[in-house]
Amino acid sequence: MDENLFQYLLRLGDDSLIIGHRMSEWCGHGPILEEDIALTNIALDLIGQATSILAYAGKVENKGRDEDALAFLRFDKDYRNLLLVEQPNGDFGMTMMRQFLFDAYRKPLYEILQNSSDRQLAAIAEKSLKETKYHLKHSAEWVIRLGDGTEESNQRIQESLNTLWRYTAELFYADEVEKQLTEKGILPDLSSVKKEWSNTVHDVLSQATLSIPENGWEQIGGRTGAHSEHLGYILAELQYMQRAYPGQKW
Amino acid sequence: MTKNNWPLWEVFIRSKQGLNHKHVGSLRAADAEMAVENARDVYTRRSEGISIWVVESSAIFASDPSEADSLFEPADSKVYRHPTFYDVPDGISHM
Repeated sequence: MDENLFQYLLRLGDDSLIIGHRMSEWCGHGPILEEDIALTNIALDLIGQATSILAYAGKVENKGRDEDALAFLRFDKDYRNLLLVEQPNGDFGMTMMRQFLFDAYRKPLYEILQNSSDRQLAAIAEKSLKETKYHLKHSAEWVIRLGDGTEESNQRIQESLNTLWRYTAELFYADEVEKQLTEKGILPDLSSVKKEWSNTVHDVLSQATLSIPENGWEQIGGRTGAHSEHLGYILAELQYMQRAYPGQKW
Repeated sequence: MTKNNWPLWEVFIRSKQGLNHKHVGSLRAADAEMAVENARDVYTRRSEGISIWVVESSAIFASDPSEADSLFEPADSKVYRHPTFYDVPDGISHM
């Protein structure tokens, strides 16, 4: 088994799973019916991506764990998602800002992963990219609407940006896992992802009349399993059924 | 629910097989762009369409139901407007 590839797939899959679960928490609570459906659609897209990525991770690991075992039967320290994606929903603006900062990173990442020499990973990236382009359009438009909206909406989403900004450094966390996969030619060169993310973020935030917080404290840890307390609560809800009724199926 | 609702939009979808856009329903959105996106999420989740039109409901001027008699009844007595008095030549199908 390629341990590095397994770890990398967990990072991708867990990002989708956890932010998808966060988004699903909006189901039935959206600001209007139409937006409620949009949020649920996006949640389903993300959880669908998690399903394919984790299913492949299970195959790479080759220890008999399928996507459900990986999603529902690991402990918090075994999750490899970004700290950003586990942050609480807050108000609608906070959720849109979190989604925007994530989508702006996922889109260029998938664009590059399409060229991976690993066929399965490339195919997953190609399929997910279409969904992600829409997610980015949706979240960016809301960031612009709220930022360039009323005085109150501007102030509130600026506060969301200030809160979430410290977690964005982790988007570009690169360690031995990534380095070795790049050396083996499985991962293409990912250095342009940060540049494109930065361009998108600057462009959208300036349209939204929001200001990027001064560089300050950068919080990382998710990629190595050091999560914030929020992940435990997410997993309690996410895993409850499989823990209480092991093997339960729909 | 907010007190000030966003404008109402009528949604028209062209299906894969269809040549024309068909009215499928309505929804609320702040502007045309949001209306198209909401229509995509509300009305095309099960691959119903390949093209979306939206139009603000207030832009539609509709016929008055109470005038139905004068608008539509006169056509009822004019059967000759339907091409039912012709013999269809043999060999022509799908008429």
